[in-house]
Amino acid sequence: MEIVVSDSMVQNTNQVEGRAVPEKTLGNIHVDNPRMTARNVDVFYGDKHAIDNISLDIGASQVISFIGPSGCGKSTFLRCLNRMNDTIDICQVEGEIKIDQQNIYDPAIDVVSLRARVGMVFQKPNPFPKSIFDNIAYGPRIHGLAASKVELDQIVESSLQRAGLWEEVKDRLDQPGTGLSGGQQQRLCIARAIAVSPEVILMDEPCSALDPIATAKVEELIHELREQYTIVIVTHSMQQAARVSDRTAYFHLGKLVEVGETKQIFTNPQHELTQDYITGRFG
Amino acid sequence: MSFTNLMLAVLVIGALYFIAGQRVALALRSGNAGKLHSLPHYHGLWAAITSALPALIVLLTIVIGKDLLFQFWARDYFPQDILNGDAVDRAIALAKVSNVVNGIDFGQVEPWVQSAGDAWIRWEANAVVVANSLVLAVSLVGGLLGYRRINPTFRSRNNVERILTWMLIGSSLVAILTTVGIVLSVLFESIRFFKLIPPQDFLFGLEWNPQFEGAERAGSGGGTATYGMVPMFVGTFLISAIALTVAVPIGLFSAIYLAEYATPRIRGVVKPLLEILAGVPTVVYGFFAALTVAPFVKSVGESMGLEVASESALAAGLVMGVMIIPFISSLSDDVINAVPQSLRDAAYGLGSTRSEAVRQVVLPAALPGIVAAVILAVSRAVGETMIVVMAAGLAANLSFNPLDAVTTVTSQIVTILVGDQEFESAKTLSAFALALMLIVTTLALNYFALQIVKKYREQYD
Repeated sequence: MEIVVSDSMVQNTNQVEGRAVPEKTLGNIHVDNPRMTARNVDVFYGDKHAIDNISLDIGASQVISFIGPSGCGKSTFLRCLNRMNDTIDICQVEGEIKIDQQNIYDPAIDVVSLRARVGMVFQKPNPFPKSIFDNIAYGPRIHGLAASKVELDQIVESSLQRAGLWEEVKDRLDQPGTGLSGGQQQRLCIARAIAVSPEVILMDEPCSALDPIATAKVEELIHELREQYTIVIVTHSMQQAARVSDRTAYFHLGKLVEVGETKQIFTNPQHELTQDYITGRFG
Repeated sequence: MSFTNLMLAVLVIGALYFIAGQRVALALRSGNAGKLHSLPHYHGLWAAITSALPALIVLLTIVIGKDLLFQFWARDYFPQDILNGDAVDRAIALAKVSNVVNGIDFGQVEPWVQSAGDAWIRWEANAVVVANSLVLAVSLVGGLLGYRRINPTFRSRNNVERILTWMLIGSSLVAILTTVGIVLSVLFESIRFFKLIPPQDFLFGLEWNPQFEGAERAGSGGGTATYGMVPMFVGTFLISAIALTVAVPIGLFSAIYLAEYATPRIRGVVKPLLEILAGVPTVVYGFFAALTVAPFVKSVGESMGLEVASESALAAGLVMGVMIIPFISSLSDDVINAVPQSLRDAAYGLGSTRSEAVRQVVLPAALPGIVAAVILAVSRAVGETMIVVMAAGLAANLSFNPLDAVTTVTSQIVTILVGDQEFESAKTLSAFALALMLIVTTLALNYFALQIVKKYREQYD
């Protein structure tokens, strides 16, 4: 049994390697109303060329999902959008990424205020080992968003409400956030990101550590949040991409192969690689 | 064979049994393939342990037990008046005999001592023969018994595991029993002290002056000896507090720098350099304190118009602080590194600066470990002797002024026990009472610190 599986995997890899990754991205990288625009972005980890000349618009009040096999660069590209790659010493980003016509890699821009505008939710729920209240209040406090305790209370309540967690935790705001269940922790992290009122929320496989019911709740939340926020979500689950996103971008070996309306990508992909990936022939 | 050679022989026999056991197990396995319960080397280990372990226990018993036995036998040679005398006389008699045995010549000895010594030498020779034959026999027979039990269904792996468990338990018992022994020996001497000096005088007395004991007894008048421990504990805490004021900020800040800010290259250089500080002997710190820091403190103080003793608590405390920096920095660095990267990512993702992430997320998460590092440093500071003896003086002043000369519990213990004195005097016994109080104090400190950590810790996993 094992032998059969690994054989077919080898075959698949060969097929993939044999196929040409297109030089130019298929589909329309532009949108009418972009919140962020990336042009000719290259990322290097030391000698490794992790992202190869990617250009992409991220539309305002839309959900765009990044899909692709492991190591294709989708998370790396995501982390470029709020400069989280700055914390990695050997990582070097070239090209131009703009938010509202401002280049985020401009030396004049403050990475702290950038990250307040472009929030992030991580793969594994990572609440601070503090109370639920302090978790949410962390961002508003460091950015000085609340003038008084009353205002801070309001921010915490509205963030938790928007994350659909308020009813579950309102009686135990002083309990540690780490005591919640995995799905609740992830929604707490989303609420924490919302609390600083970002324009864009980046989500790096937000449901990969959650069970199906918790996943459904988070997806529902993403669906509601799209009205106010621009959301970029990296996911391994194609069903999830199909369910939550308006546009879908398919990454392969550091290149953006194809991008388009989610419906079109899943029903009528233009490139063979995209087709094979979404039909589960490899990945 | 001497006892060392005997031990080597036992180990060699054990090794041979290991090979034999493994061989026979391999042979069994090739006979009926795969039916062996345990892997061959477990069978080998089993044979080796059954051979070496009992033999080593017998050897240890003989080495420890023989002297006790010979001392008992030697009494038959003692004259009646020594046997009827007190413990000291008997100890002197034994010492005389052992001088003869060891060939140390202090001139003519009494005939009974000579004959006891001769007998002792004879017993020693016999003991070697008995030990040789007994230990070798036990090792050979024990090994053979173990070896013969090897068969395909024999669970030697489980047996070896069980024996290993007992050996591990034995090791930890040795450590615990040693601690208990130390505490008890200090406790019993302290009880003798408290029979001479009432506990309340010792615990709450504000004056420490044991020096006049001899004079008093000689009838030459002078003051009365007083044993109040308060001045020394105040001195200990004063110096420790100064040391911690130096070491906690410096140690913690350098740990934060190393863990959060330094590039791997700088870290690779700085961390070992910091840890070298921990390897400097405290005597050397004492030189540094007495010859460099104390005069410096004095001259700075006097230039500001302050009166500074040439051996001041401040000088000793400063140097002691430098001494315990590596404890705090190295341990805190490890603890800070153990805080999961995901928490830092979360903080940075929300737009924290580095110092905000460190202050509000990383340090709270690392707090229990940092407190543990500080506790260890406090224990070192409270127990430190050499720097204080050399730099802070021996005058038991009751003073909270860091510029005065003070003394600590440990350095007083040293002063009391150095040199000749009778054991029964209150002065000598007071050292044990001081030690007991020191143990109790550090124990209490550790306990309270742990309670505080338990209350405020932020659990991150």
